[in-house]
Amino acid sequence: MSHASPTVTAVRGPHEATGFFRTYLYATDHKMIARQYLLLGLIMAVVGGYLSYAMRWQLAWPDTEVPGFGFVGPETYNVLVTNHGTIMVFFVAMPILLGSFGNFLIPLMIGARDMAFPRLNALSFWLLALGSAVVLVSFLVPGGAASAGWTGYPPLSAKAEYTGVDWGLTLWLLAHAIEFAAFLLGGVNFLTTIVTMRAPGLGFGRLPLIIWQQATAAILFLLSVGPLIAGAIMLLMDRIVGTGFFLPERGGEPLLWQHLFWFFGHPEVYVVLLPALGAVLEIFPVFSRKPIFGYTLVVWATIVAGALSFIVWAHHMFVSGMDPRLAMPFSITTILISVPFALAVFAMIASLYRGSIAFELPMLWALAFLAMFTTGGLTGIFLGSAPSDIYLNGTYFVVAHFHYTLISAVIFGGYAGIYYWFPKMFGRMLGTRLGQLHFWSTLVSFNVVFFPLHWIGIAGMVRRIANPLQYDMIAPHQWINVVSTVALFGLVASQLVFFVNFFVSQLRGRPAPANPWEATTLEWTTPSPPPHGNWGEALPVVGRGPYEYSVPGATRDWLPQRTGAAAAEARP
Amino acid sequence: MFLSWLPENVSTFGRDIDGIIALIYYITLAWFIATMGTFAVFLVRYRRRAGRPAGYIKGDRWREVAWVLLPCLLVLVLDLWIDFKGARVWAKVKIESPASDVHIRVTGKQFNWVVTYPGPDGRFDTADDKTFLDEMHVPAGKPVRLTLEAKDVIHSFFLPNLRLKQDILPGRSIPAWLDAMKPGQYELPCAHLCGVGHSGMKATLIVHEATDWDAWVGEQWSGSARPGEKT
Ligand code: HEM
Ligand SMILES: [Cu+2]
Repeated sequence: MSHASPTVTAVRGPHEATGFFRTYLYATDHKMIARQYLLLGLIMAVVGGYLSYAMRWQLAWPDTEVPGFGFVGPETYNVLVTNHGTIMVFFVAMPILLGSFGNFLIPLMIGARDMAFPRLNALSFWLLALGSAVVLVSFLVPGGAASAGWTGYPPLSAKAEYTGVDWGLTLWLLAHAIEFAAFLLGGVNFLTTIVTMRAPGLGFGRLPLIIWQQATAAILFLLSVGPLIAGAIMLLMDRIVGTGFFLPERGGEPLLWQHLFWFFGHPEVYVVLLPALGAVLEIFPVFSRKPIFGYTLVVWATIVAGALSFIVWAHHMFVSGMDPRLAMPFSITTILISVPFALAVFAMIASLYRGSIAFELPMLWALAFLAMFTTGGLTGIFLGSAPSDIYLNGTYFVVAHFHYTLISAVIFGGYAGIYYWFPKMFGRMLGTRLGQLHFWSTLVSFNVVFFPLHWIGIAGMVRRIANPLQYDMIAPHQWINVVSTVALFGLVASQLVFFVNFFVSQLRGRPAPANPWEATTLEWTTPSPPPHGNWGEALPVVGRGPYEYSVPGATRDWLPQRTGAAAAEARP
Repeated sequence: MFLSWLPENVSTFGRDIDGIIALIYYITLAWFIATMGTFAVFLVRYRRRAGRPAGYIKGDRWREVAWVLLPCLLVLVLDLWIDFKGARVWAKVKIESPASDVHIRVTGKQFNWVVTYPGPDGRFDTADDKTFLDEMHVPAGKPVRLTLEAKDVIHSFFLPNLRLKQDILPGRSIPAWLDAMKPGQYELPCAHLCGVGHSGMKATLIVHEATDWDAWVGEQWSGSARPGEKT
């Protein structure tokens, strides 16, 4: 078992950072960096949500003034769609689920004092902050922000004359480049830390599942992003130095971009999904007081799904104009990948069997994740089948499908994690009254916003249009757009409840005990919040697997992973 | 819940596509009910109650694991069934194409559909070509061969009522076909973001009854030969 060598630990030993600059700006402590990622992710979520509000208003009441935004119309709509997608995936989902959860949990759950490369860690965060700033600035340049969709397909994205956007799209590419650099550095840091710094006794077979999921996500990102970086550079050159990689009139091939994009893009959706799934897998055992069902199977399912995610990309391209004979092979791999995810869902449900389920807030979010993710997974079958995708591709059915999967990860998985680890992160408990209100109103309004979009998609409404009333087929169904938008007001209002709760609880919440949920994993054996260096004098020693709940014959219904005297202190 | 939202289908292969959609719908609906039903039952039955401890079930023995592996096997079988049935439909729509004596070239450009008929000589880019903007005429009950092209950016040829969609890549000619069964007028939106005018980029497909079609052709070329027919 490898773990941090004593000298290294001594160097990064627990001297507390002092001063505003050291504590907040040039922070290298993984917990502070995790909080920075969380804050950045939440701020960008407000921006991404604001853009979606303007879009939804425009869709419900086309070409009317949007209160608090202004006139939208088709040109701005394309900007909104593009930047909403980009921001939500790259600047909300990844910062929160990987940046924040990964940084906070990896050292605490594996018994390390910090990440392997703390300064690199700070660099990745600040690069991400810079990337976010570039996205925001791109709204201000002449010609406006990018408007070629979050997928940025050329030729539309390759020449300014096609969209009228010049600098905006170049900055959009730049923001991606910076973001990729940030998460590449982050991924290296995650993997190094997980492989080399586990506490004595913490073999791979005893790692909490979320650590497996974070590691798999990091590997997927590292292996998939290369081709897209190459693609992005080619696209940038097409735009500014007049090459023609993607422009047919200069001998290029637009389809190449789609292959490069989706070779990255499909693993990328698992990069977002896996950490959320991991959070939910941590929460299920705690609130049902049972081991997760089939730990080894779930680990294998994660690895298999990760591997398969590299050979499914062309299911985004069934009708793209690629050779139609490729469709069936990709249909089959796509269908195969549903098996490991089905396994994860079944294992989660099986974990509830004969449990003692407490419906506390983290568990409510985790359970909702399961229901929403199952729904999104099932609608995915419609799109994974090539013939049915002929009809559904590019419609609102797709929009509904990926919001069910992505939002189950980002919103339901994300809040599950935030509610669960908030006490550890901030040393106080989140208010439960507001928490309940937040959960139920989000669950209901989310479904009212998105479920009917399946219907309007099946009815033939295509994506990325600014005015549904231009289509005779859709106009009679316009009430769906209105319902969806009105429900969004509820969704937004419930997030306001969260923000109030989040900030007020940090200041006035009930002080959190070390282990409020009586959980077994290592992070709950530190004080809330953990001090710099996490573990005081001695690193923890691990004596058992992560989910030893309700072990027959034990005196209480949980046995902490950590052994020795320190474990006893973990009692609430 | 889902199927009734499909717009009326008027194409031959559209029935096959709807068949696949229906197959998937019933399979996924059954799964939804089974998983969410089990889930709901567990939530109610195993909610926390004083004096009832949880069981210690790790799922690390084959007898236990079978409870999740067998359903996974069923998922796999049903999935392969969907693919197996789907493969034939896909091939019918996208790979094979029936013989046809009507040939039309559709060119997408920012932000219109340009529809070209080869005229009596059966060849494009000759003097007897006829071109229509955002308007496409086809006969009912006859296979029609399409050549799809794009002038500037990617567009997507989408006929919801015929269950036909095909993205069009500039620089290529992409073949497609359709066989409309019912005369009428149908919408032909562009289904791929193509710029500022993407929203509202659409044409009308007019499907003519056989006699009506002959009349239309006669009107256009004031001869007797049909477009696409060799003379
Ligand atoms: C707050 C709730 C949200 C609402 C109301 C919302 C609404 C929308 C709308 C109206 C569209 C445009 C559909 C179109 O015109 O084609 C869209 C696109 C999209 N959304 Fe969301 N969204 C929300 C949250 C999210 C989240 C959390 C994510 C991902 C993590 C996300 C990812 C995307 C992506 C990737 C697109 C596609 C953009 C494109 O077509 O280029 N959305 N969303
Ligand atoms: Cu178009």
